[in-house]
Amino acid sequence: MTTLSTPLALIAELTHRCPLHCVYCSNPMELTKRDSELPTQTWIRLFQEAAQAGVLQVDFTGGEPLARPDIVELIRAARAAGLYASLITSGLPLDEAKLAALVEAGLDHFQLSFQGATELTAREISNTTSHPQKLRVLQWLKKHRIGVTLNFVIHRQNIHELEEMLALVEEHKPGCVEFASVQYYGWALANREALLPTRRQLEFCVATLKEAEERLKGKTRVIFVVPDYYAKYPKQCVGGWGRKLMLVSPDGAVLPCHAAGVIPGLRFNNVKEKSLREIWETSPAFCKFRGEDWMQEPCKSCDRRHVDFGGCRCQAFLLAGDAAATDPVCSLAPTRAKIDAILAVINQPKPAILDEQPTYIFRPNPS
Amino acid sequence: MKPELTATPRLAPGVRLNEKSQQPRTLLMPERALRLNGPSLEIVQLCDGKHTVQQIAEKLHALYSKAEPQRITDDLLGYLALLRDQRAIDF
Repeated sequence: MTTLSTPLALIAELTHRCPLHCVYCSNPMELTKRDSELPTQTWIRLFQEAAQAGVLQVDFTGGEPLARPDIVELIRAARAAGLYASLITSGLPLDEAKLAALVEAGLDHFQLSFQGATELTAREISNTTSHPQKLRVLQWLKKHRIGVTLNFVIHRQNIHELEEMLALVEEHKPGCVEFASVQYYGWALANREALLPTRRQLEFCVATLKEAEERLKGKTRVIFVVPDYYAKYPKQCVGGWGRKLMLVSPDGAVLPCHAAGVIPGLRFNNVKEKSLREIWETSPAFCKFRGEDWMQEPCKSCDRRHVDFGGCRCQAFLLAGDAAATDPVCSLAPTRAKIDAILAVINQPKPAILDEQPTYIFRPNPS
Repeated sequence: MKPELTATPRLAPGVRLNEKSQQPRTLLMPERALRLNGPSLEIVQLCDGKHTVQQIAEKLHALYSKAEPQRITDDLLGYLALLRDQRAIDF
């Protein structure tokens, strides 16, 4: 019997619309259309339900959450419900007045994504001109006393700009910087061959960021999300399935994580039919991999099952073909050889694919 | 590095306590939350940019009069350094 924990964070995926077309987008391949998006009042009700269920923080994300014309109203409602409000954004579309309105509405934390340290790289990855706007947003943010995180999504095509990314951090002094290695689901999985870093790049990252962490101590907190293909043990995905967070997609389906839609046969409840608390407690999708009863060997008898909960269910399905299998990135997984084979190609002495200009599959903008 | 006794710690940008009506009292931060109780809550509530570290120490000495004052001050300095490194407070 598993004791049910309290959800701590609500990921509010307001929309799948986005001005950027990043090749590693974590949204599902099948994007929700605008006319299926939840109305303002439903989101406001959700924030109240979330706070009552024990949720402390809400992350406004998308797509691009600023694409919603009601974003200021939604942030105000989240704060009124007692939640800590974070905006996870590309910084487009935004101007100084809109930023001031967001802060006035009670925004606690602004997380600005970066696709590179230069316009050239950022455009290659996002297929949009957005970098100059991000630099403007950094200037505007200095007028406000809110939390600021810079989020650099890193991969093989931009790791060489790591020092320049750190220079941006030292110049603008955010409270936090996150170097998030691409995770291979959805669009990122489709573009994996072009994005997976080499072992040498990873070693460079680890050394450079360790040094940066020391140098920036007490000024900027440095977070490094390692590429799990290179890890010995899997990540504790979303803090454990159905243990800490719930994600509400633009049309109101409630998922245990961003990618859960890829697992066949999972049934998601919708906020139009049930309360958040009821969904947290009884949704078939949340119950499916909660606790340990679903585990197979080697997880079932492994001491680390309380640490990483067997890793990521979506990755298990995508790479091992079974959502209840051990995450294939685990060195103990029977399917680890698949990961090693992928890494071997990337780490060939002089892999031809590194010399070629990659052909990306860009994420489109849903209508 | 230990904080100076004359410094006036305050919550860093993006960091705040949840409402009094919400239990348990929790320090809310970007991507994280820190449960507070007893002395940790008392300390954080005094990180308002007005109280000096010395004044916070004196308040704690009064609250915990059975404990050795120097020990309390040392613990306070250690905790404030930890909060600073976590980017929860600045001076």
